[in-house]
Amino acid sequence: MATAYFGRRYMLSASHRLHADLLSEEENRATYGKCNNPHGHGHNYVVEVLVVGEVDRETGMVVNMATLDETVQTAVMERFDHTNLNFDPLFVNQVPTTENLTKAVFEVLKDALPAGKLECVRVEETENNFFEYRG
Amino acid sequence: MIELTRRATFSASHYYWNEAWSQEKNEEVFGRCARRNGHGHNYTLEVTVAGEADPVTGFVVDLKWLKDVIETEVLAAYDHRHLNLEVPEFTERMIPTTENIAVAAWKRLEGAVSKAGGARLSRVRVYETSEIFAEYRGEN
Repeated sequence: MATAYFGRRYMLSASHRLHADLLSEEENRATYGKCNNPHGHGHNYVVEVLVVGEVDRETGMVVNMATLDETVQTAVMERFDHTNLNFDPLFVNQVPTTENLTKAVFEVLKDALPAGKLECVRVEETENNFFEYRG
Repeated sequence: MIELTRRATFSASHYYWNEAWSQEKNEEVFGRCARRNGHGHNYTLEVTVAGEADPVTGFVVDLKWLKDVIETEVLAAYDHRHLNLEVPEFTERMIPTTENIAVAAWKRLEGAVSKAGGARLSRVRVYETSEIFAEYRGEN
């Protein structure tokens, strides 16, 4: 049978502030610019989930989209959507850059999906920049 | 190596139905997609070919040629058609899911692209909506 990929895009709205505790106020300002503004700011992130697998002979599917939607809803959306990312335990010790958010979403989803199913997570912070992680 | 992608769109209708299953199971697994009168989408097809740029022309393949191949091999068969009822590869055993459309489009394109000399088909991606897509890279 054929190995194929199924991709699904979800919108996640969240706020963050880029600020590294190990850097001084001046260094933070120099490194992160307006992303370091003290009260944070937000984005409509697009989270693109790519799963891999054999196309099932009976269903013609790599994954049932309704099941994938439920998993993403439970593991990712309920955790991160409409939150301030800086307050999530994952970002206590690391800056919630979109690089780190992409890795966090990948790790959370990898644990929630059957082994070997998750191929790639892409997070688009704006329409002009995006980040991908494949583990 | 360079990868080059050409995008095309087609509009088609389909439904999801496994003849070996009861109506209840089809509706449970496929939901609204199992409605027997079908429904439709504006699909976007992305065809990626890989190769080296020709030292004289600077092309991996001529984009106009690739556009024509996509039209002849795929769009002529799929555009404004009912995939279940009018396209031969989508039988009772090959439901026209987005995954299977990607695989089927690959099979339609592979021969023609390989004849171009140098370039090979690298990826076929099919968007059913802007939020849902499937891709095939020729892997078994």
